Amino acid sequence: MKLILSTTSAGLDASLDPRFGRCAYFLLIDPQTMEWQSLPNPALHSGGGAGVQAAQLAANHQCQAVVSGEFGPNAFDALAAAGIDMYKYGALGSVQEVIEGYLAGTLERVQGPGNAGHHGR
Amino acid sequence: MIIAVASGKGGTGKTTVATSLALAAGGSRHAPGSDPVDVLYLDCDVEAPNAHLFLKPTFQQHREVGILIPDVEETLCTHCGRCAEVCQYHAIAVLGKKTLVFPQLCHGCGSCTRECPEGAIREKLNVIGALEHGSTAEGVEFRRGVLEIGEPMAVPIIRQLKTWLPARPGQLVIRDSPPGTSCPVVETVRGADFLLLVTEPTPFGLHDLKLAVAVAAELAIPVGVVINRDGLGDQRVDDFCTEVGIPILLRIPFDRRIAEAVSRGQALVTALPEYYPQFEALLEQITRAVPERGRL
Repeated sequence: MKLILSTTSAGLDASLDPRFGRCAYFLLIDPQTMEWQSLPNPALHSGGGAGVQAAQLAANHQCQAVVSGEFGPNAFDALAAAGIDMYKYGALGSVQEVIEGYLAGTLERVQGPGNAGHHGR
Repeated sequence: MIIAVASGKGGTGKTTVATSLALAAGGSRHAPGSDPVDVLYLDCDVEAPNAHLFLKPTFQQHREVGILIPDVEETLCTHCGRCAEVCQYHAIAVLGKKTLVFPQLCHGCGSCTRECPEGAIREKLNVIGALEHGSTAEGVEFRRGVLEIGEPMAVPIIRQLKTWLPARPGQLVIRDSPPGTSCPVVETVRGADFLLLVTEPTPFGLHDLKLAVAVAAELAIPVGVVINRDGLGDQRVDDFCTEVGIPILLRIPFDRRIAEAVSRGQALVTALPEYYPQFEALLEQITRAVPERGRL
């Protein structure tokens, strides 16, 4: 059982990053054992397709769910195709609160994609 | 000879200058004793083409264009992930037992099709816009590209517009560029014999002029400047041109009559015919600045 959270730095004390595709780090965490790993986002500075890359990363790590602030249309489609559940941070402010919310089943499920990237191509 | 008209900053008067240059060179009114030049006008600002508003062509041909994107045959795909690995645009993803294509991220490079070990990928045309061809009442040949609303990639349309129906020998080609200095501008300017940069004497005009001059240097294309709305702003565009040795070929004053004509959809020289000689002189200066092989 694995979750992915988007964070601004490495570690369990990292701040939550509301941007899924463009966060600095992905926190892979098992909410039962609290075993975790922080991975730097390889797409942080890529020109485009960051959301797809992030979804690919989640799929490659066999995650069941991702939690972030917003999911762009490409990330949303890719995660939906992979059968990965998407949840929102909402008002939550720490990794601990998100894990508790996930275990309690109180996280808000994402119903649809947010805005596309605003980068030039 | 191919002249690209670009600016850096948007709204400086690229189309105003390019359309009047086309009419002065190829229109029915031309310098006494000389024949009109055979002119081909390409509106390369495919995200917001507007030169047709001033030149008023009648379109005779329309062709849909796009790029070749992957089409995955699910029954052959083993979800090995090689396609996603080689795609540097992340336009294809392998998610468990699904291979997903994101057409708007695809640049049509063909790597996934080539690398697929199962031969499960074929290419199909993804239409992203159209090319149109026609001519104006004055005899100027006119073509434009139109990118579909919501499509992000202008370059493939511009590239195909440049090579669609090759120019006739001796034809003067005027490419009206998009604003900015990013890929669509580079694609428009690439292969031109001369780059005409239209700017305004303001800090924004100067800032973007410097960027555009750097693009021209990178592409090794000779440059000349047109200062539009001359008289407002300050001296710094002049000083910059002197400093880097770029000729100022034309100054168009900040004149309410020009703004009114443009707002009515009239070309500058149509509304104010006294500008014809100035645009004829502009073409002459450009012709002299272009190495022999590129001339008419």
